[in-house]
Amino acid sequence: MESLTPLLAILCPAIAAPLVLLSRNHPNIREGWTIAAGITMFALVLSMGPEVLKGDVIRFSMFHTMFKNIDFAFKVDAFGLIFAITTSSLWILVSLYSIGYMRSLKEHAQTRYFFAFCLAILGAIGVALSANLLTMFVFFEIITVSTYPLVIHEQTPEALGGGHKYFAYLMPAGAFLLFGVVATYYLTGTTDFTPGGIKALATASPVAATVLFFCFLLGFMKAAWMPFHSWLPTAMVAPTPVSALLHAVAVVKAGVFGIVRMICYIFGVGLVDELGLWLILACIAGFTMIMGSFFAIAQDDIKKRLAYSTISQLSYVILGAAFLTKDGVMGAMLHIPFHAYMKITLFLCAGAILVGSGKRKISEMAGLGKTMPVTMIAFSIAAIGMAGLPPLCGFISKLYLCFGAWELHPPYGMIFLAVILISSLLDIIYFFPIIHTAFFREPEGGESANGGYKIKEAPIFMLVPLSITAAFSILFFIYPHTFYIIDLVKIAIGELFGGG
Amino acid sequence: MLLADQLPAIIVTVAMFFGFTILLVGYLNRRLAFWFSLIPNIAFLILSILTLRHVLTVGTIKYWQGGWRPPWGIEYVVDAMNAYLLVILFFIVVLIEIYSKRNVEKEIEARKHPTFYALVQLMVAGLAGITVTGDLFNMFVWLEIASLTAYALIAVAGGRALRASYNYVIMGSIGAVFYIFGVGWMYAATGTLNMADMRILLPVVYDSRLVQMAFAFIVVGIMIKAYIFPLHFWQPDAYTYAPSSISAMIASIHGKVMIYILIRLVYSVFTLEFIRHYIGLDLIICWVAAAGILAGSVFAIKQRNIKRMLAYSSVSQFGYILLGIGLSPLSPWGLVAVVAHILNHAVMKGCLFLAAGSFIHQEGKWDIRHFEGLSKRMPWASGAFAIAAISMIGIPPTAGFASKLFLILASLDAAQYPFVIILLLSGLLNLVYFWRVIDRMYFVRHEEPTEGGKERAGGLPISMTAPMMVLAALCIILGLFWLTDIPMPLINQILSDLSTGGRL
Repeated sequence: MESLTPLLAILCPAIAAPLVLLSRNHPNIREGWTIAAGITMFALVLSMGPEVLKGDVIRFSMFHTMFKNIDFAFKVDAFGLIFAITTSSLWILVSLYSIGYMRSLKEHAQTRYFFAFCLAILGAIGVALSANLLTMFVFFEIITVSTYPLVIHEQTPEALGGGHKYFAYLMPAGAFLLFGVVATYYLTGTTDFTPGGIKALATASPVAATVLFFCFLLGFMKAAWMPFHSWLPTAMVAPTPVSALLHAVAVVKAGVFGIVRMICYIFGVGLVDELGLWLILACIAGFTMIMGSFFAIAQDDIKKRLAYSTISQLSYVILGAAFLTKDGVMGAMLHIPFHAYMKITLFLCAGAILVGSGKRKISEMAGLGKTMPVTMIAFSIAAIGMAGLPPLCGFISKLYLCFGAWELHPPYGMIFLAVILISSLLDIIYFFPIIHTAFFREPEGGESANGGYKIKEAPIFMLVPLSITAAFSILFFIYPHTFYIIDLVKIAIGELFGGG
Repeated sequence: MLLADQLPAIIVTVAMFFGFTILLVGYLNRRLAFWFSLIPNIAFLILSILTLRHVLTVGTIKYWQGGWRPPWGIEYVVDAMNAYLLVILFFIVVLIEIYSKRNVEKEIEARKHPTFYALVQLMVAGLAGITVTGDLFNMFVWLEIASLTAYALIAVAGGRALRASYNYVIMGSIGAVFYIFGVGWMYAATGTLNMADMRILLPVVYDSRLVQMAFAFIVVGIMIKAYIFPLHFWQPDAYTYAPSSISAMIASIHGKVMIYILIRLVYSVFTLEFIRHYIGLDLIICWVAAAGILAGSVFAIKQRNIKRMLAYSSVSQFGYILLGIGLSPLSPWGLVAVVAHILNHAVMKGCLFLAAGSFIHQEGKWDIRHFEGLSKRMPWASGAFAIAAISMIGIPPTAGFASKLFLILASLDAAQYPFVIILLLSGLLNLVYFWRVIDRMYFVRHEEPTEGGKERAGGLPISMTAPMMVLAALCIILGLFWLTDIPMPLINQILSDLSTGGRL
């Protein structure tokens, strides 16, 4: 179906960005634009749900490009809509949270911050809704560039160093991706996302297809798979809301989204299986899951620990896609929104702890459970979900991943099942100490140790969003049809594997 | 004869005529000199747009000077390629002249103003002459007019500019001699100077040593004039010390017209058949271009002076155009890249030089290390610089991205995979040296000097800001423009006019 809605959704942040700049002298109006754009965009994105649920695909072509068979076009299919819903719903919450966070800490350059945030969301939503690789690449690069000012927000030498590292990884990745896009076009004459893969690619030479596959994989370095992950912990110098939305949702999820798109919609499950690439990818993902968790255990800085946890969790998505089985891909697709909600809760809590108590180190968090109960309870909920325990949504996605592993050929199935379970165990190992320290340990030296700093809950602007995301993490378990998520995933799986 | 057929001749002669009028007017009233330069150029811009329209709708314009039929007389031939270049030429010139008014008032003493504008006008006339002519020797004449005026304009600033200009005079003259030698031998081999005529006569003598030598000499001559690596060494000094508006003009327009000579000779005189005849010649051109692309960027990384950095960046960017030429016998996308990058680079580099010029104009800052906090004090100029720099890096949706995309596609289409890697690498090198500037301007923490410590000059005059903003906006608009299929008629017309045999 042709419809303007995808374009309108993308226009929301695009229009909000200049408005934010224009009203730089009126903070309340400025943030008003962001919130208004966020709500409008979410409504628009959600309104496309029923249509997509009917199995229809909403298309909008902006213009024909100079290249034959490539339009600059948007396409809303079930999988894209999942990512779009995740991003747009969380943008509203994080914007609210940002207001509280930035104002409490009296951060400088807030206009630049909100401006760049709008552009980053523009990129993310564009990636979600684009109909072909070229369109996707354009938005991918917009994400990369627009998040730089957010990463280096503090403008300290450390932040600038982090920003440079960020570019040093992601810009070459962009070059690989561009090569992948053009090479795909050159090999097949199209770059459209096609459920089940582009037919012409299957007839291309296996060597070319393999090279292309790795170019794409390097191009999607935003997914932070090892050994190309170290930009992510470094980027944690950014303000917490940025880490939350961009490094748990928009940037990294765009990366894994791209990988799933590539496997299922460019190469096609059959071709990846035929070339034997799934095993390599699964090994990379498995390695990243385990090593990411180990690194996480070693971190004392809460944001760094969360960053390594993100690295580990992102590879669940990659692993699920690499299984190439119905349940595996389903788990991967489910893990994108579910992990987003849980991880954002954790990050928002980390930010609230920073604002409320000024603490970054886990070892110093003793007693916070009493002084900041709401924050710490939300944190605990999300942490339990992260480990894949019921009653949280992380359980559902991990369950499907396990089913996916089960369907594999004999030796691999067990191996990867073990990898998933070990990784989940490690998740518990690195999250449990935080909960334990916060709730069951008395602060050393009592209240006076804080240098007169009165520990209290963060402002309401911050508490509400993090409570909502925590609540949604449970809601998704109880009622996975929230925001059509599970229905959309089923439709996407139906498109890819046939049947229902 | 229709008026449209005479447009090229009108533009060139009247432009030339105004070169002298400005001098006369300038003696009467110095202020008038600027207006006598700007207004005719705006008129020429309109005329050149009409020319382009005529060429695209009706067909190639041919004008015989004095009614003498070619090959005896001098013929002006305007097809899609040079009509397109003519529009770019006058468009950029008009913008830079608007910018230059206040800049020149500050950088150059008042008594020199009439001569300055007269020289600019003559240079523009020379460039327009090169663009429209269909005669090899006439092209040399215009080339010398454009070059001599450029030497003088670079020297206007005095001081170190004199030495830079002197270097340029020597190198430029050597280049001109190479060119005229080549033309001389071609004449000896074919007995004609008219391009269209020569094209017909040339295939018989493809294997003659004379023609081979002529080709080599002409290419070397143009390489010097268009500062293509490794013959670029006169250029960084010239760009650095010339008045800002002249740097901008030479970087965005002068070099383009020089490389147009190469394009015209390769496609319309020697033709791609000649290139294909000597197997490997196209690849030699490609590799020279590739070396330039990388070397220019590497040199640029080392620079601290913003204008010098931009100068080396131009060396690199001209490699892009040359690479497009080298790839065009193998893929039609090569020529598309050339066509697109001529415009894109003119816009991007023009914008960068104007912004750099305004930093120098306003704050006297040319050293990148002193750029901290510039974005606060000069938001518009910094913004223009940032957009153009992002475009140079080739991030979508900007003009530079389109150029890069076409070139990569051309390399793949031609099965010349190493160039894909070189192009992608070059984008990253651009990132290194441009992002360093953006970082300084926007992101490095900077303590504002206390109020009153330094007198704050009033903002940049609108006449300087506006042209920059137009160019910066164009960086993005063109990026989208080249992605759409709107320019397809133009490109197909250029492809068929240059008879590459390819169509998209």
